[in-house]
Amino acid sequence: MKTRVFVTLKNGVLDPQGKAIHHAIESLGFSGIHDVRAGRLIEIEHEPGLSQSDLEAMCSKLLANMVIENFEIEQAA
Amino acid sequence: MRAAVIQFPGSNCDRDMAVAIRQIMGAETSLVWHRETALPDNLDLIAIPGGFSYGDYLRSGAMAARSPVMQAVVAAAQRGVPVLGVCNGFQILTEAGLLPGALMRNAGIRFVCRTVQLKVENSQSIFTSQYDSGETIAIPVAHHDGNYFADAETLDRLEGNGRVAFRYAEPVNGSSRNIAGILNDSGNVLGMMPHPERMIEDVHGGSDGRRLFEGLIRQIA
Repeated sequence: MKTRVFVTLKNGVLDPQGKAIHHAIESLGFSGIHDVRAGRLIEIEHEPGLSQSDLEAMCSKLLANMVIENFEIEQAA
Repeated sequence: MRAAVIQFPGSNCDRDMAVAIRQIMGAETSLVWHRETALPDNLDLIAIPGGFSYGDYLRSGAMAARSPVMQAVVAAAQRGVPVLGVCNGFQILTEAGLLPGALMRNAGIRFVCRTVQLKVENSQSIFTSQYDSGETIAIPVAHHDGNYFADAETLDRLEGNGRVAFRYAEPVNGSSRNIAGILNDSGNVLGMMPHPERMIEDVHGGSDGRRLFEGLIRQIA
């Protein structure tokens, strides 16, 4: 089984990397971009029995820093 | 006097830190590998050095903060043993929950490697007693992720309790309220991005870092 964890910066936390990507997109000639924020995707292959609460514990203990980041868990097909 | 410097894969200021502690404090200093589950007995100081532990994978300091030795470091810190975290060491201490907030990518994206002016905000701590409050000192920084972040409430609490030890006296990395170093609530844990161990004799271009270690001798002895 595969689960995807998306880690993103909380609203209000400055994202200098997102800003740099934004500038790079515009310097390629693309226009109409309002904002870019960068995050991280973590794919986890696991046994089917892994509980949602264990996944959440992994996220809050290690995969995301809850001071600055949020996480979202998505069960992949 | 006994001290330990923790070594992680990717630490690179561990030896400089050990030299500073031995030379200035005269402490018997052991290097402790991250896989150890116990620390030497009767430590007077634990130092978490700079570097790029675990290649900065996931987040700077994230993996190191979960390594076996850190449980012993957290327990020692809770017993009141002085803990000094410099640069990556500061990142590790926040990731381990010994200090609040987080260190994010520098606001200018670039790695910053130069000597900066720091203002000593609190000269009452065990780490800063040999400085004068409000004094400006020159200490080098070398980091990519030194942009200190905490929510406004945490920042107010840090400032209100005199827990901001050092502040940048010039723009460096976008840190909230120019914070360069903070203390924990009980004052025995200091995390700072600048490297005092790299400024301890004249050939380094200055010796302003020396007094941090000198101050510790007086407090510990």
